[in-house]
Amino acid sequence: MTETTAPPAADAPPAGPVRRPRIAPGRWRDFSLVPVILLLGVVGFIVSPAFLSGDNLIGVVQQSTELGLLVLGEALVLISGRMDLSLESTIGLAPVVALWLVLPAHGGRFAGLGLLPSWTAVPLCLAVGAAIGAANGFLMLRLRVNGFIATLGMLTMLRGLHLGLSEGRSLADVPDSFAYLGRTSWLGVPAAVWICLALFALGGAALGYLRHGRALYAIGGNPEAARAAGIRTDRITWTVLVLAGVLAAFAGVLYTGHYGAVSASQGSGWIFQVFAAAVIGGISLKGGRGTLFGALTGVLTLQLVINVMTLGGVPPLWTQFLNGAIILLALVVSRFTSGEQQE
Amino acid sequence: MTAAPGGPAPEEPTREPAVAEPPAVRAEGIVKRYGPTLALDGVHLTVRPGEAHALVGRNGAGKSTLVSVLTGMARPDAGRVAFGGVPAPRWGDPAAWQRQVACVHQRSMTVPGLTVAENLFLNRFPGGPALRWRALRGRARDLLAGYGVDVDPAARLEELGVEQLQFVEIARALSRGARLIVLDEPTARLDAPGIARLFGRLRELRAQGVAFLFISHHLQEVRALCDTVTVLRDARRVLTAPVAGLGEDALVAAMTGEDAGHRRPARAPAPPAPPAPRTDGTPVLRAEGLALRGHFGPLDLAVGAGEVVGLAGAAAGGTTAVAEVLAGLRSPDAGRITVRGRPVRPGSVPHALDAGIGYVPEDRHREGLVPARSVAENLTLAVTGPLGPCGTVLPARTREFARRMIAALDIRTTGPDQPVSGLSGGNQQKVVVARALARDPAVLVAVRPTNGVDVRSKEALLGVVRQVADGGRGALIVSDEPADLRICDRVVAVFRGRVRAEFRRGWREADLVAAMEGVTAGTPGPPTAPDTSTTEGTAP
Repeated sequence: MTETTAPPAADAPPAGPVRRPRIAPGRWRDFSLVPVILLLGVVGFIVSPAFLSGDNLIGVVQQSTELGLLVLGEALVLISGRMDLSLESTIGLAPVVALWLVLPAHGGRFAGLGLLPSWTAVPLCLAVGAAIGAANGFLMLRLRVNGFIATLGMLTMLRGLHLGLSEGRSLADVPDSFAYLGRTSWLGVPAAVWICLALFALGGAALGYLRHGRALYAIGGNPEAARAAGIRTDRITWTVLVLAGVLAAFAGVLYTGHYGAVSASQGSGWIFQVFAAAVIGGISLKGGRGTLFGALTGVLTLQLVINVMTLGGVPPLWTQFLNGAIILLALVVSRFTSGEQQE
Repeated sequence: MTAAPGGPAPEEPTREPAVAEPPAVRAEGIVKRYGPTLALDGVHLTVRPGEAHALVGRNGAGKSTLVSVLTGMARPDAGRVAFGGVPAPRWGDPAAWQRQVACVHQRSMTVPGLTVAENLFLNRFPGGPALRWRALRGRARDLLAGYGVDVDPAARLEELGVEQLQFVEIARALSRGARLIVLDEPTARLDAPGIARLFGRLRELRAQGVAFLFISHHLQEVRALCDTVTVLRDARRVLTAPVAGLGEDALVAAMTGEDAGHRRPARAPAPPAPPAPRTDGTPVLRAEGLALRGHFGPLDLAVGAGEVVGLAGAAAGGTTAVAEVLAGLRSPDAGRITVRGRPVRPGSVPHALDAGIGYVPEDRHREGLVPARSVAENLTLAVTGPLGPCGTVLPARTREFARRMIAALDIRTTGPDQPVSGLSGGNQQKVVVARALARDPAVLVAVRPTNGVDVRSKEALLGVVRQVADGGRGALIVSDEPADLRICDRVVAVFRGRVRAEFRRGWREADLVAAMEGVTAGTPGPPTAPDTSTTEGTAP
């Protein structure tokens, strides 16, 4: 099967002067946020010398991990031409369900079911994320419901389930196995950061070097062509949705471990930041375009902005306003630095 | 023959082509640059009222740019455009341009979700701010009837077929006062009767003084409709002449810049009948009792090794559906498909690919290409094995693989990394064909493989199909374009989902067209099929 059609090359096409492969101009788009990040670093240093301290930078990166994992999942979904809004509920609900099944019925402040041993909490949490992704896939791919509104409905429903199960309170009795990853440090850097970087690298490699990863771009760019080329579009899309759910649930594990509790509003309102980071990072909402490196720079940019604002002593009541305004500004800037329309 | 309502244009029903009359459009010395490339280099064009003027040229010759300039979409770097003797409107005033000229089919300017009536009067609704539906529909009906278009004004535009859509667009342009209509490949998506009706309507409109600029890759259509032809080549105008005195060879020579006499033998190797098809028992592709309700009835088909079989028939007549079933895009209601004697699971593209069916879809933009991705990625979309172990795709191997395909099919590109959307139509189509061949299929199923590509690419593409078969594999060409079917060893004509006739090499075009139209005797063909046996026949 190696020899493809090779008609006797009647006229060997010189195809112009032979050029060394160099980085195409389009590739620079992925790096368009790097100068912005450097600029933010300078601004941060001017605002407060504490910015460049190791503790602060590690704090920024640690806070980026949970959002980063959501963005990673969302980026995969967006590249394959779909949307999943329910990720922001998954990050809260998946830990709650896992803890509810694991925590004892009596003795703690929160009455769980105590059905399973506590070491199953993390696998359970991931399984819940997978189930949510599978349900989204069922709605979108089997029933052919509009993905935007279906996952928006899922977002609302899961948020309600979260509140119902947790009775509107924070869950603080987190088993050690569940809290470990979010709390521990490896080589002086939080484990969550290593894991997040590893997952981004893994995802980037899969998108670049795996057949099924490349297929995501084809599915997002032109689903009909992908189908005609023999790509199992539905199966792959479904897998991506499940993967996004699992990543969101894992983000929930890290977040819960980091703060030692699951708050009733965990993840609430994140989805805007998730989409903003993805779009700023060069991922097209129409599918078929973007890289995970770009998405990662988008996440870092957003987190740095928030950090600089905090260090600058912005009154807390104004942070939300400034946050929204800065995201809009970042969108406009990235629109022009990348030179592409974000449709 | 009511004139256009609201049109300020001349209304005399029949006018002699008076000498003093200003031309419908006159473009002089148009120069247009896109970055370093010169898209138009001092092009002149004059279209008289009531004239059908053909604009032909290979892909990339500058036709689209010229149309953009003439319709106010692009601003020329130099040169002048005048409509009816009056200088063209200011650049950037689309409404004023639309009163002069309209382009049908290129970047369709209609809203699919609205009704025909709304589209006709978009932003020009009669009456005040409140919409009076009855009046609107009434005016739309009058307007359409005036141009003899039989379309319900209350229908949504998306419900219409391509043909009706074009008529609506033409009617809309005329109602705005335009007296020059640019038709960009209007026949690309029509079947033969549709083309006949379109041409009939266009002739009527010409009698009313409407001028047409007609862009087509089909020289026979140019011949059937137009009286003057302008040829563009490499951004320059190389020829403007009456169609009547111009042979097809001369036209092709002008387009390609080569002497047609030398070129003809190199054409698809039709004349010396290839060594009799090496049919060694089992055909490479066999379909038995294949049926899909509403599209085609039980149908038997066999393609032998070394054979090119044509499946001739109108697009609406079920032939495209046959190809889609063979490719696994649709599940048949009945019947079985075997490749080299082994059955293929129906309704599954991956299984069809594994079995060895390569598929070239009908519409490369819709089903063929992922526009934003590179040539290499598009070429290797269906390839599984040789790019790397265990489902990995190594960029170096992908590029190498793509380079081989690019060389094999002579795809003109700056390299494997170029986005496929940057290629010309013919080269895009080559990418689609190359992808179908990338997995070394036993049989190639190609639907209208030369749709919307220029003359040279057409020959190259058909040559590739022929070579596939000559290499011991099989090929099935699904088309209603007689030129595509010339290279076939056998042509099966399908009408309304049933096989009507089968032709051996050396068929007469009129017979084939008649069979495709469901006519048994050799009646005069529609305009697509003027008697071209003199130019296309087996005679050298």
